[in-house]
Amino acid sequence: MTSASIPSRHAPVSTRTFDLLSLTTGMVLGVHVQHLPWWLGAMLLVLLAARWWQRRQHGGRVSRWIKFPLLLLLTLAIAGTYGSIFGREPGTALGVGLLVLKLLETETARDVRVGVGFACFALMSALLFGQAMTTTVIVALGLLPALATLRALEPAQAPTSLPCALLPGLLLLAAALPLTLLAFVLVPRLSSPLWGAPSPDQARTGLSDSMSPGNFTELLTDDSPALRVSFDGAPPPPDLRYFRAYVMWNYDGRRWQRVRGNGYPPAPIEAVSSISYRVTLEPSKQRMLPALDVPLNAPADASLRTDHELIADKPVTTPFSYTLRSALRYHLQPELDARSRQLGLRLPPGFNPRTHALADQWRQRYGTDDAAIVRAGLTLLHDGGFRYTLTPAPLGRDAVDDFLFNTREGFCEHYASSFTVLMRSAGIPARVVTGYQGGYWNQLGNYLLVRNSDAHAWTEVWLAGRGWVRADPTGAVRPERVTLGAAAAIGDERGWYHSDWLQGLRNHWDIVNRWWNRGVVGFDALRQRGLLTPFGVRDTDTRLLGILIAISSGLFMGLGLAWALWRRQRHDVLRETLRVLERKLARRGIVRRRGEGPQRYLARAARALPAQRATLAQLSTNYLQLRYAQDEPPPEPLRAFRRAVRDFQAARVVK
Amino acid sequence: MRALLQRLARWGERRLPALTRYRRMESLPIELHRRRIYIVPTGFGVGFAVLQLVMLVGALNYANNAALLLTCLLGAASVTSMLVTFRNLDGLRLGQLQADHAVAGQPVELILSFDSARARNGVRVDLADTRTAFAASGNGTTQVKISLPTVQRGWQPVPRLRVWTTWPLGLFRAWSWLHPEQSVLVWPRAERVGPAPRAPAAQAQQTRRRLGDELAALRDYRAGDPQRHIAWKVSAHHEGLLVKDFARPQSRPQWRLDWRELRGLDSEARIARLARWLGEAQAQRHGFSLWLPGNELPLGSGPLHYVHCMNALAELP
Repeated sequence: MTSASIPSRHAPVSTRTFDLLSLTTGMVLGVHVQHLPWWLGAMLLVLLAARWWQRRQHGGRVSRWIKFPLLLLLTLAIAGTYGSIFGREPGTALGVGLLVLKLLETETARDVRVGVGFACFALMSALLFGQAMTTTVIVALGLLPALATLRALEPAQAPTSLPCALLPGLLLLAAALPLTLLAFVLVPRLSSPLWGAPSPDQARTGLSDSMSPGNFTELLTDDSPALRVSFDGAPPPPDLRYFRAYVMWNYDGRRWQRVRGNGYPPAPIEAVSSISYRVTLEPSKQRMLPALDVPLNAPADASLRTDHELIADKPVTTPFSYTLRSALRYHLQPELDARSRQLGLRLPPGFNPRTHALADQWRQRYGTDDAAIVRAGLTLLHDGGFRYTLTPAPLGRDAVDDFLFNTREGFCEHYASSFTVLMRSAGIPARVVTGYQGGYWNQLGNYLLVRNSDAHAWTEVWLAGRGWVRADPTGAVRPERVTLGAAAAIGDERGWYHSDWLQGLRNHWDIVNRWWNRGVVGFDALRQRGLLTPFGVRDTDTRLLGILIAISSGLFMGLGLAWALWRRQRHDVLRETLRVLERKLARRGIVRRRGEGPQRYLARAARALPAQRATLAQLSTNYLQLRYAQDEPPPEPLRAFRRAVRDFQAARVVK
Repeated sequence: MRALLQRLARWGERRLPALTRYRRMESLPIELHRRRIYIVPTGFGVGFAVLQLVMLVGALNYANNAALLLTCLLGAASVTSMLVTFRNLDGLRLGQLQADHAVAGQPVELILSFDSARARNGVRVDLADTRTAFAASGNGTTQVKISLPTVQRGWQPVPRLRVWTTWPLGLFRAWSWLHPEQSVLVWPRAERVGPAPRAPAAQAQQTRRRLGDELAALRDYRAGDPQRHIAWKVSAHHEGLLVKDFARPQSRPQWRLDWRELRGLDSEARIARLARWLGEAQAQRHGFSLWLPGNELPLGSGPLHYVHCMNALAELP
């Protein structure tokens, strides 16, 4: 007997309920902590813990003389940090703060329900900061304590431990999963936002359209995926996996920059061999679309610029896929126009005298053989005692002189920059190209994963008759940078977390992320429209989606109702056996009448079949004993009774 | 507002008998099934739905598919919880209804026996203004005690009771009305003070204490105890001598309570007085008999006899 009196509306909730609510709030805090200011996160955590302890020790609400100053403090702190309390970051910070403050006054069931609802909303808002699969799964797990809190509010339930209290929520979510996926696929997407689109993220580390020393350091240690490429045929060999992003011409002695806004058509190119492939780009908040060297066409919503850079019409804020065709062996711009030649030779005056001197010396030695000078430059970098490191010594005003003759250590951008300056000094048109190089070939998923740490910079020199030719000075220093990738080049400077097997595991795990990005994050209105193409429906409009939702929801509700209404029928063997006997007798015309008891019926049957009177009387006795002697008929006599009924053959009635 | 709603509900019950069809009395057992379980969202459920709608619009607006997935998950879980709510009542069976004894004006305790083939949590029962909740363990019978206020003696029908639940999330509320065809007998209230019954005086004086024949106990030997009362065999295992103590049950006075002797009182007052006498007789362990118009209970004693007499009093017209 378990019964409990109903707590009144204003009674304080149980300790278990409050524990679960605190856990929910803790989860919310946990998923938000990485984009809250650290001091705010720490303060809220302390506040949460203090409130939990206080209620456990003393119970009751926190005095309003503490609550209101805290509220004021929170608002001021957020307004002071972000400059406003509106917008995504300050809004969520305020929301999380308010949720924690709500706990201070939470006592009744109603307070708890409000808290849970608010926590669900706060959990969802965490996904506005990132849609990675792990984040989503963690946030979804945050629903468990929320659901458990709601359950704990119900009166009279079997007592459980705290972890067991979370389990039914998991079951509920699992049972809800099919309906979830259905709704997810069929909910009509908005073609344009109802109100302001989210403000773009603060500058993320990524390739930028200018390059100055040290720019890449952060990028080269960022292991997050940048793009994934699947090829129509075999992938190109590793030494051809150069992905062009920006081409930089302008050098001011320190930084390289793109030439902006020249409206010239793409430079002419003679492609010898080409390859087509599909790129899925992670959100970069930039307009640049990396492409395998050298792209021949532009996808929709993007344009091909003079130097065969691909620039999208708007910044990439969600994973973006495009199909391209690129030349692997080519003659790019075989005829160099005067403007390009001038741009490609321009150097800021008064910088790097020693480099100029070296270039002049080479020019005198090799005469007009540009290719020989390029080879000499690469040889210098290969044999001149240069070292590849991500933490080079700082360079002075004459950066290239410093690098080539003093420090002799650096990474791709130092090499590319110095080599380009060296070539220009020798009178060879040269430019810096940034992008990605290498990547990990995922055998399982058949695609190339390029990480941000695969960012690279190299040089292109223009040689008469051959056009722009790629010269990778980093490859001269560290050939494995090109053949094995960035990780191999860094060598021993990698931390323990970069150990090979871990890296391998991460590379394999990436296939799941790719699937997530394609199937979930990238499931947009366009994909949705193409959803039913395999079933012969060309275009899926909103009305059709509505009908589909209605039909399939009905289907699911039917399934659910079937489950809800299903009841286990109790199987009564004795009754079934009697039915068998009744059927046998009915064939001889002795039909059991309505309301006729078994004893009376079998007695009537015995009278009608005098030859079998004894058998029927025995069956009747057996039945009555089995039915009424005990609650449950014992198994052995029951079997005997069944056998007897099976063997019974009603003789013909003598009329 | 509340009063208005209650009036509206009363009007609805009068005008829409189909909605409360099961208000008709039924004989036990009553099994809840889909045709008599109603379910609507609670206030919190509506609020939660609005919240989810806001989340949905937000996720769609920001074209954030992960948030959309989360919202769909929460929505689907809410809808699924509706089925769980329904299933929490479906198949529940009110097998028996027993009532304790109660005196008019005091609440009577009803014991409802619910049979359930599976575990249920947070099932609530409302009867008049009293509420209770219970959890069924899964197999067998769960007994739920609930008290029912009483006003006057006699047979009092059990009012309809509501079995409802908001399990598991409090988003939906499923309920069913039960109106068992059952009454409880309420005993009359005894008057507070009044005269004692006319005692058979002579009989009372005659009682005297004397030793009886029945062995009542063993006690230590005291000087002067007759030798033949010493329990020799038992004393052999004991330090001192033990003596058998004999006693004879004391005869109690017998009360013959009679309706006819209470002249000059109306019938309720007579009943109240008889009830008091019965109570006193039972407390003092007298034997008693009761004569009522149309019913005569012979001399007897003990709780069962008391119950019979009180029942007879309660059933008087």
